[in-house]
Amino acid sequence: MSDTQVSFKHKDLLSLKNLTKEEIKLILDTAESMKEIFTRKIKKVPTLRGKTIINLFYEPSTRTKSSFDLAGKRLSADMMSLSVSTSSVVKGESLVDTAQTLEAMGADAVIIRHSIPGSPHLLADTIDASVLNAGDGAHAHPTQALLDMYTIREKCGEIEGKTVLIVGDIRHSRVARSNIWALNKLGAKVRVVGPPTLIPPQLEKMGVEIYYDLHEALTGVDIVNILRIQLERQESGFLPSLREYTKFYGIDEEVLKLANDDITVMHPGPMNRGIEIMPEVAYGEDSVITDQIPNGVAVRMALLYLLTGGERVEKAAN
Amino acid sequence: MLKYKKDILDEQGIQRALTRISHEILEKNKGLEDLAIIGIRTRGVPLAQRIADKIAEIEGEEVPVGILDITLYRDDLTTVAQQPIVHQTEISFDITDKKIVLVDDVLYTGRTVRAALDALVDLGRPEVIQLAILVDRGHRELPIRADYIGKNLPTSKQEVIEVKLEEIDGEDMVVLNEYIDEEE
Repeated sequence: MSDTQVSFKHKDLLSLKNLTKEEIKLILDTAESMKEIFTRKIKKVPTLRGKTIINLFYEPSTRTKSSFDLAGKRLSADMMSLSVSTSSVVKGESLVDTAQTLEAMGADAVIIRHSIPGSPHLLADTIDASVLNAGDGAHAHPTQALLDMYTIREKCGEIEGKTVLIVGDIRHSRVARSNIWALNKLGAKVRVVGPPTLIPPQLEKMGVEIYYDLHEALTGVDIVNILRIQLERQESGFLPSLREYTKFYGIDEEVLKLANDDITVMHPGPMNRGIEIMPEVAYGEDSVITDQIPNGVAVRMALLYLLTGGERVEKAAN
Repeated sequence: MLKYKKDILDEQGIQRALTRISHEILEKNKGLEDLAIIGIRTRGVPLAQRIADKIAEIEGEEVPVGILDITLYRDDLTTVAQQPIVHQTEISFDITDKKIVLVDDVLYTGRTVRAALDALVDLGRPEVIQLAILVDRGHRELPIRADYIGKNLPTSKQEVIEVKLEEIDGEDMVVLNEYIDEEE
């Protein structure tokens, strides 16, 4: 119970690749304490009073953006959202210039989503404020993976020793990549399944088992994480047709019977119901999809607390 | 360097102090109607449980017990180098209109109690909040005082009170230590 256990020394959260198992567990434990606040009548604590946190989203988002927004507000930080379509970005301002403007306004943390992989890293190198990656291209989406870990731990107890299957478009998925890093660190066995065109080459080097047949892949699985089929990809020739995808990789009640009895179903959202997941599965008793939402807020509160509290100068760099 | 100075309370001493505090709580509140005991993490938690057990022993009836974590309400979060670990608050009953006895091991500057009061009023509106403390060592920085005190111990600021409890540290005792400069 002493405060001399693991501590969190990073300035930024860019990817889960450079976090240790202990640091990930600290984030999840802190999130558990944050979740208790949701059960109160007054769902707010004064912890980050006077801190300014900016949401900088260059890509559309519903849940990640509102989840960060709510997380900051429940910790009493001043939250500001920059809608890129109405900002100077349309006048051609560069990411670095925008960031420096925000820092000059006194931002303590910047949450960024951008279509170009590595842009959060560029931002983190440029400014002193903490940078949180809310998704950069097909690279990483660390807060999604952390909330997935939290949800698995809440539903199944320990993550270690569990077999997790990720289904769908692995090639374009930052959610898949971040999940693989986190699951491997926490000692889970990771499988992926999808059409060969949507499995990137050399993926096995990340420490996963690759399947192309859903029935084979589902056998003996404890948790199935179903990715969204990004409909825009279909036109670029990765998928012959959506109907074919659904036939071979869509998750319905029937195929789910192949997995272990206490199977847990997850989906990062937004769902294409009837394509990658059938409604009876999405809202069935094995699904924790609606639990993922509040868990996302709790995990993001934990991260904002761990990253933006404390004296900046005394913080060691990553 | 932290150096041992003297023993303040032994196992019996702690037990007697808690027994007296339990009687005082019952006397002041005229029984245990609407009473609830809440311990402040870390060492207030076992102390609160022991007081609640004592009260149950005396009155033959249970009192609700809760755990309060004040980390998110601390006033020094922006100046500490490392963020302290947040633990869960576990209060399973509604505190509104209850007579709350807050319990902690040492009362010093009063800042922990200030944070605890803020945390409590966010959870509801108790009828009254009282404070029970095992050791009051003085040096208040806020206008806060305890209702029930195990031991009053005037100290200097170089001195440190170390409270050890069976449930956490494996033994019951209160010790006075002192910071000494290495050269001396």
